Amino acid sequence: MRHIISILLENEAGALSRVAGLFSARGYNIESLTVAPTDDPSLSRMTLVTSGTDDVIEQIVKQLNKLIEVVKLGDMTEGVHIEREMMLIKIRVVGDQREEIKRLSDIFRGRIIDVSQTTYTIELTGTGSKLDAFIEAVGSTPILEVVRSGAIGIQRGEKALRL
Amino acid sequence: MELTGAEIFVRCLQDEGVEHIFGYPGGAVLHIYDELYKQDKVQHVLVRHEQAATHAADAYARATGRAGVALVTSGPGATNAVTGIATAYMDSAPLVVFTGQVPTALIGNDAFQEVDSVGITRPCVKHNFLVKDVRDLATTIKKAFYIATTGRPGPVVVDIPKDITAEKTEYHYPETVSLRSYNPTVKGNIRQVRRAVEIMLGARRPMIYTGGGVILDDAAEELTTLARMLDFPVTNTLMGLGGFPGTDRQFVGMLGMHGTYEANLAMHNCDVLIAIGARFDDRVTGNVEKFCPTATIIHVDVDPASISKNVKVDVPIVGRVKVVLQDMLRELAKSDRRPDVEALAEWWKQIEEWRSMECLKYDRDADVIKPQFVVEKLFEVTGGDAFVTSDVGQHQMFAAQFYKFDRPRRWINSGGLGTMGFGLPAAMGVQFAHPDETVVCITGEGSIQMNIQELSTIRQYGLPLKVVNLNNRYLGMVRQWQEFFYQGRYAMSYMESLPDFVKLAEAYGHVGIQVEKPEDVEGALREAMEIRDRAVFLNFLTDQTENVYPMIPAGAGQNEMILI
Repeated sequence: MRHIISILLENEAGALSRVAGLFSARGYNIESLTVAPTDDPSLSRMTLVTSGTDDVIEQIVKQLNKLIEVVKLGDMTEGVHIEREMMLIKIRVVGDQREEIKRLSDIFRGRIIDVSQTTYTIELTGTGSKLDAFIEAVGSTPILEVVRSGAIGIQRGEKALRL
Repeated sequence: MELTGAEIFVRCLQDEGVEHIFGYPGGAVLHIYDELYKQDKVQHVLVRHEQAATHAADAYARATGRAGVALVTSGPGATNAVTGIATAYMDSAPLVVFTGQVPTALIGNDAFQEVDSVGITRPCVKHNFLVKDVRDLATTIKKAFYIATTGRPGPVVVDIPKDITAEKTEYHYPETVSLRSYNPTVKGNIRQVRRAVEIMLGARRPMIYTGGGVILDDAAEELTTLARMLDFPVTNTLMGLGGFPGTDRQFVGMLGMHGTYEANLAMHNCDVLIAIGARFDDRVTGNVEKFCPTATIIHVDVDPASISKNVKVDVPIVGRVKVVLQDMLRELAKSDRRPDVEALAEWWKQIEEWRSMECLKYDRDADVIKPQFVVEKLFEVTGGDAFVTSDVGQHQMFAAQFYKFDRPRRWINSGGLGTMGFGLPAAMGVQFAHPDETVVCITGEGSIQMNIQELSTIRQYGLPLKVVNLNNRYLGMVRQWQEFFYQGRYAMSYMESLPDFVKLAEAYGHVGIQVEKPEDVEGALREAMEIRDRAVFLNFLTDQTENVYPMIPAGAGQNEMILI
């Protein structure tokens, strides 16, 4: 099963490679990984999407907790949560397609953030499957470039991953 | 007053109470060596290869319970140390390794003797640091000792660029240090402890299975009290030998691939398994699908990640082994219930039946020296009270099977990583820790050659240790597997062109003794033990075709042992 694991880790050089190294050394999957500092500059928050059986996920969580730089972690998938991913997509658009793709972007609540005579660059936010659906909907229109941030997640309501 | 990084480094070691440090100088650590030269509180031991420095420091730690310390230079100094660091990591030994590094301005420039030591060691350390500011040096060193010795112990590497050792700052060594992200559990959940005790008291076919955790946490006394109170059988892993007296009636021997028949059969048939400071290693469990099919499993370990990693357990207890055992003893004393004496008598009867198979028997009338015989005689001659280190292979298994360790920290070997070349430098480390004790390295002609240069270090420091070389002219364990599983195709397992070990020992300034007949074994051992001022190298020419029995073949269950 797919899990979104959020990790608060010391904002120190090498912390990221320790997490990445753990996953490769122990043969765990990483679907996506994203990391940035938080409101507390001494902490980074990493969001890691992985998959595995319950036993594997349990080991992943334990092994992550064992890393000295990991301060706290939570499995977002255990409770109700919100998941978001951002995509920037550059599409070649000429003639009728310009109107068509503009409409499609509106339907998906995307924003066109750059326009040239032959291209649109669209910013789109949502769950991974929504971004997949947009790519599919673009159909035969040539896609020049896709940049995805990887998923981030947060728990609903009062629950918070904080120190 | 401001001190240089190198001065701070040495002061930190002194304030940490470090007495011995094993190392090898080089460009990046010259400032540090210059400061070591100016003082005599910390004794530096000059090894002949950095691998030996880490093994010696590791064994020093295992024999004392205090952190072992090694110091090596950048680049090849660091890479040579990696095998020793990985060895300590697999066996959870508290080790602090300092590696020199090129000056900070050169890091990343492919400078002379530069290697990414933090990157290279990352997968085989508990933690590592690169010191980038001299003001962080003292705190980092304190953190390194703290992390290495607490929780589940392990090696910590501190990489120190050369310019940091020249820069100056005020010296202050923190008394204590705390990390918000590192708080190892000490006390086990008391409800779980009570549940475990209730299950233990209801057991009809109990089994206590303990590992290196009991040794590391100095919990042998608590374990022995518990086992005697309950009259339960006890087995130790290779790392756990000495955790329970090896000559005790309740001890059923080591378990696992080359464990005893009675230990493995008792494991397979038990109804309650009490695992303490052990990690269900594949050499112990055999095929996990067939492991302890009828048992309720209680597992005590300081490392939560060890619990339910290989085998699902029913009652997990995370905490220090010693503390949890003390709680168990208290709960047992409080309980009105007593173990089921009748069921236990029945269980012991069954175990005695397995024991009567004498799975460790070997041909005592042979004309050639049997390796088992040498270890048995060594046990007798040393009164069972020597510190024994070993290398890796058949001789290691014979040592574990035939030397009955009654006390903890006396048996020091590379169990997890299986590092050939460990034994001789390990014996050096132990001898430095215990100068007046008998220290014996049981080895083979393959392993000993992997770090034989240390005979020179041993001479320099006048260490009176004894090397027992079980020389069968084969890489014995490889040969055994080739005989069993490769139809006797002995690919590259015959050791040709061996040196004359007696002459070699003499060339290094030691006493060399050659033993070729069984009747000379005991006399040679006695002669060696009487020499207290020099090292003795005993070269026993042993049976070339002897195998280690019994054996659980790979993929088989614990009840599927091959007996002789």
